[in-house]
Amino acid sequence: MSLDLRIPMGLMFTMVGAILTSFGMATRDNADLYARSLGIDANLWWGIVLLVFGITMLTLGRRGQKRLLEEAQKNPPTEETEERRGH
Amino acid sequence: MQLTSVDWLIMLLYFFFVLGIGFALKRYMKTSKDFFQAGRALPAWICGLAFISANLGAQEVIGMGASGAKYGLETAHFYGIGAIPAMIFVGIFMMPFYYGSKARSVPEFLRLRFDEKTRALNACSFAVMTVFSSGISMYAMARLIQALHIFDSLFIRLGWPTGWIFTFAIVMSAMIVLLYIFLGGLTSAIYNEVLQFFLIIAGFLPLTLLGLKNIGGWNGLKAALPVQYMHEWKGVMHASTNPMGIDAIGIGMGLGFVLGAGYWCTDFLVIQTAMASKNMESARRVPLIAAVPKMVFPFLVIVPGLIAIGLPTPHTTTYVHHDANGIYHDIKVVPPEVEQGHGLIPAKMNPVTGKAMLDTSGKPLLDYDMATPNMLLHYFPTGILGLGLTALLASFMSGMAGNVTAFNTVFTYDLYQSYIRKGASDRHYMAVGRWATVGGILLSICTAYAAINFNNIMDTLQLVFSFVNAPLFATFLLGMFWKRATGHGAFAGLIAGTSAAMIHHGLTLPLEAHTGIHGGWITVVHRYPSDMAQNFYGAIWAFMVNFVVAVVVSLLTKPKPDEELVGLVRSMTKMPSHAHLPWWKRPEALAAAVLVGAIGLNIFFW
Repeated sequence: MSLDLRIPMGLMFTMVGAILTSFGMATRDNADLYARSLGIDANLWWGIVLLVFGITMLTLGRRGQKRLLEEAQKNPPTEETEERRGH
Repeated sequence: MQLTSVDWLIMLLYFFFVLGIGFALKRYMKTSKDFFQAGRALPAWICGLAFISANLGAQEVIGMGASGAKYGLETAHFYGIGAIPAMIFVGIFMMPFYYGSKARSVPEFLRLRFDEKTRALNACSFAVMTVFSSGISMYAMARLIQALHIFDSLFIRLGWPTGWIFTFAIVMSAMIVLLYIFLGGLTSAIYNEVLQFFLIIAGFLPLTLLGLKNIGGWNGLKAALPVQYMHEWKGVMHASTNPMGIDAIGIGMGLGFVLGAGYWCTDFLVIQTAMASKNMESARRVPLIAAVPKMVFPFLVIVPGLIAIGLPTPHTTTYVHHDANGIYHDIKVVPPEVEQGHGLIPAKMNPVTGKAMLDTSGKPLLDYDMATPNMLLHYFPTGILGLGLTALLASFMSGMAGNVTAFNTVFTYDLYQSYIRKGASDRHYMAVGRWATVGGILLSICTAYAAINFNNIMDTLQLVFSFVNAPLFATFLLGMFWKRATGHGAFAGLIAGTSAAMIHHGLTLPLEAHTGIHGGWITVVHRYPSDMAQNFYGAIWAFMVNFVVAVVVSLLTKPKPDEELVGLVRSMTKMPSHAHLPWWKRPEALAAAVLVGAIGLNIFFW
């Protein structure tokens, strides 16, 4: 399987994180909105957490794919490399 | 509840990625092995997270929150005793046979080890159960979407009748799950389960954090609740001193040894993800990897329920203040179901009289299933609320998807290929698998609609499942570790075990329950302090009867020749050696670490 899950997953969390962070930034003075979350701008802070998680996943996925490509160029696909594609 | 465009955007983004993964995987689906077994090529961490996510359906997220609110931290037994030891056992001792036998499904393993009739029995009951469970999950989701009014504003804006929300919720979720499994098979289901796993954490972790901060941390939670709520083990020696009304034998034997092991070690719903991994060493590591997040889940799913019951109950308040212009009365009106509830948990209302329903001692009955959803609404502002609701939807879908892929595999390999059409082309079986997916989902939808019309159908179905599942572990234990066990023995044991579970239920009744669905429909011989106790002891009886009958019948019948049992029974199989790995990379080392963690968790919750 040569679709590395970390790439779409990283992409999704990066996007969700970016949406929450920017929405949290835009609404950070809205005390009414954040009364429920105890005055904490939950969108901003959790958005940043998700953004970091998403970017980390994305970087790891990219790196993994690059390594696979390099390996494939060095030695043409054999039974063994075929099996290792799972990463 | 008012959702804004940010919330919708997050939800749509999730649907887009879920379907996108399905489309992206379509081109890799070349053989039936790719479709049903994910090509047996996935890395251990992906399968491990999917292993746990397949179980992390709505029943888990909503149910564990409800149970936390009802019984307190004792609910953590389902993790510390019910799940983790069984996950270690299946990884270390059973996976070599599941994975090594090259069986494509759990029923197929039963055919290799025992005989055709044992497989047929297991395949049929399993196929029926998966379809019904995914239907129950669908029904629960549609009801929750209705209760939380998630789509109400959307429907009003579009001018659609709000009476269609139930159907809309069912059709929408069914279409999404159908599409991504139809396209990408088990790989797609597993990938999406991993995505759902992270989404569920992303949606529920801030809930626990905010809730704990509000109630004053762990100590504040302790102060807000009766003392027995915050202990998992204290008071467990006797049934009358703990909220669940069970004793240590019921928990250890019933939950840990029979029910927990029966689920985690034999249910193809979870085992299929381990069997999809790329090699033996990964397959053994899958349940162990899954056990690590499983240990943390009590904080994620049980603690919100505890907080919900610990918070002060809202009451209608009048706040009077005056300034130069006159006197003002600020009245905050709280609906009666909330006022008569406890904490954030509303009372159950009688829809005819509009009054709270009372139990036998005159206290209002609480709608515990609303614990976790109400927590989301209470703490999350718009934005992160969209994320929380998406996580809730994701949990419903991951549970449904696991059932559906388990169903299409068992249907195609164990029923269609074995009894309807043997020896067709691989292409043909893949097409059958795709259409079995469609059929399975249609049947689930029918179950969901049946549940609206027959109130008791869900309870009845779950009861029947428990009869079928309770004795299973004995069959696998004997099959894998005793080479003398025979097919006739296994078959007779299963039938006897299920009958024993049924008879036990017919003869016993929990305290304060009426005969009927709760038991005692033959005659009441014994009363248990709670339905949990009845359930756990029923499982113990089923297991014992299965074990004894299987052993006796096996000794009276002719065993399989030794050479047919290679790879299927422990004494005839060379256990996989991981000597080439450094000690800390071996599955056994991971198992030991998980075990230490589980013990630590039990001490923390003592």
